[in-house]
Amino acid sequence: MQSKGLLELASAISSGAVRVVDLTFTLSPDFPVIVLPPEFGQAAPVRIQEISRYDGRGPAWYWNNVTFGEHTGTHFDAPIHWFTGKNLPNNAVDTMPAKDMIAPACVIDCSVQAAQDPDFLLTVPIVEAWEARHGRIPQRNWVLLRTDWSKKGWRDYSNLGDDGAHTPGPNPAVMKWLVEERGVIGFGTETIGTDAGQAGHFEPPYPAHHFLHGAGRYGLQCLCNLDQLPATGVVIVASPLKIQNGSGSPLRVIALVSST
Amino acid sequence: MIEPIKPSRRKNPLLRTRLPASPPRPRSRMSHGFTRAAAEGRFMLQRCEACGAFAYPAREACPSCLSAGLAFVDAPRRGVLLAETTARVPSDVYFRERAPWRIGLIKMDCGPTIVAHLHADCAEGAAVRMSLQLDKSGQAVAFAHPEAETPNMADDRQWREMTADPKFRRALVTNGRSVIGQEAVAALKAAGAKTVFVGIAEPWRPFAGEERLRGQDGIEIVTLDAADEKSATDVAADIGGKVDILVNTTEYVRPGGLLDRRGTSIARDEIDQAYLGFINLAQAFGPAMRTRGADGINSSAAWVNILSVYALANWPAFGAYSASQAACLSLSHCLRAELRPGGVRVMNLFTGPADTEWFQTVPPPKVAPRVIAQAIVSGLRNGLEEMYVGDVAEEIRQRLAANPKALERELDR
Repeated sequence: MQSKGLLELASAISSGAVRVVDLTFTLSPDFPVIVLPPEFGQAAPVRIQEISRYDGRGPAWYWNNVTFGEHTGTHFDAPIHWFTGKNLPNNAVDTMPAKDMIAPACVIDCSVQAAQDPDFLLTVPIVEAWEARHGRIPQRNWVLLRTDWSKKGWRDYSNLGDDGAHTPGPNPAVMKWLVEERGVIGFGTETIGTDAGQAGHFEPPYPAHHFLHGAGRYGLQCLCNLDQLPATGVVIVASPLKIQNGSGSPLRVIALVSST
Repeated sequence: MIEPIKPSRRKNPLLRTRLPASPPRPRSRMSHGFTRAAAEGRFMLQRCEACGAFAYPAREACPSCLSAGLAFVDAPRRGVLLAETTARVPSDVYFRERAPWRIGLIKMDCGPTIVAHLHADCAEGAAVRMSLQLDKSGQAVAFAHPEAETPNMADDRQWREMTADPKFRRALVTNGRSVIGQEAVAALKAAGAKTVFVGIAEPWRPFAGEERLRGQDGIEIVTLDAADEKSATDVAADIGGKVDILVNTTEYVRPGGLLDRRGTSIARDEIDQAYLGFINLAQAFGPAMRTRGADGINSSAAWVNILSVYALANWPAFGAYSASQAACLSLSHCLRAELRPGGVRVMNLFTGPADTEWFQTVPPPKVAPRVIAQAIVSGLRNGLEEMYVGDVAEEIRQRLAANPKALERELDR
């Protein structure tokens, strides 16, 4: 892009010709986190502790200490997060190419199916049907799975039963296909995890993690406002915190959408 | 005969809440032998090791034979009320506010004569049963009860100053997800608590027993994650002025000590939940409780901690957990001192391994959660400060007193 085009983008954002949609949940202690069996190590919950608030601890200023796990709130998964990606070069949030943090996205709306079936799975035929309407998913695009899951109350959002979570996600075949046949840069969901709630029982287990990270691709989860995005013509800005050898991080995900 | 107490009416918002006053506090160092006994609900007097005579008040030497060997021992509780008097206009602020106040002279069957606070059903010339209690200053005092049960006995005005009876009070059980928490809720309700608030962290996570908690009269579920500063503060903003008894049922048990664990993340969780959670609760609820110590029938009265007895002596199999409990024990003494001006008691229940999932592989004896819950109520009703619940806790206490080094070696198995 010539510098003129870049400045045009800036003025389009400023004028509203390019809409900026925030796809991020507020990072707060109440937001559900991934639940693992208690004998495994657990993600530290989000904690916000006041250092001072214009008081005796600091009369003119307000600030907090914040602690959280890398995989809390709306967050990014780097390839190093999964064993399949552990030996890839530049596989952590601090070493991944910065240019991968900005990429176009295709939004596949499965909100109707997910409303009917919490265990709804994205399949290859569903994506092919989407492609028949919107065109083939280009290389190095994000695929975002819209389920409207982010609009639920927290209990329904995490939807934990005594046999684990029941939340929608991709099936193994579509994950392999998106990575190998469509060359996606990453996969994003509204749910906790790029994988379905029951994905531990899939073959391979957690196929989104397995195939994405094994091929050096990325994950985004706990996204919201996907209903404000068109199917195509979206650019995602997703730059995780530069944590040393980090496997992921909470981040601000924004989408740029042409208003016209 | 005692008139039964009635539930408090709603407060008149035009009236200032009465601030707590404290009864006289000074005691001799020797007298704290009574403090220890009162804290545990025992009745102890000094007894001369040379001549066998009982002594009262606390002395440095035996009044009969001048021997210095005066040890506190469990003593017979029976005596006879020789004389009583009613203080109508005492000069002390605490007693003046509570006048008329009855005291009496008790001639103990075992010898000494004791000045004691009187239950209203104690009659001159009649037999009484003595106990040592902690008053609102946290200091030991002698209390005379009628020898036999009388109607509404626990509602006696002077006795209620010595206890933290849940009747008509409002309690907060900080963690209702655990079996112990749920049993505590049931026990407090059964003991006549007006309202039991139940803290539930991360309400999006289902938990066993949830159905039973919800929709019960007098049980109010609040979203409370004690380990989260803001959550504790938010809940206190809503109900902080209504918590008369706080039962800290935080439970975070993980096996392991130092070398066989990797890293500090579990230890951090242990500290986060148990220790920092305690601090958050104390900072959120403590100030209002301290202010409301004399606020009528449902004044604030007590803070209860359930601690592992391994807070007293590290059990390496649960070594880091033991350490987190030791930290809480230390903190509880700080809280006790800070709540003392409000007349609010801090009661610590020490338990051995409970019959819960994280002690699954630990062989019996284990403490049933219901027994812990019943102990909480019994401790509150009797105004205790230290309780050892179950055989393991009692045994650890005795072995620690006998020889801490032997206990240390023997826990290393």
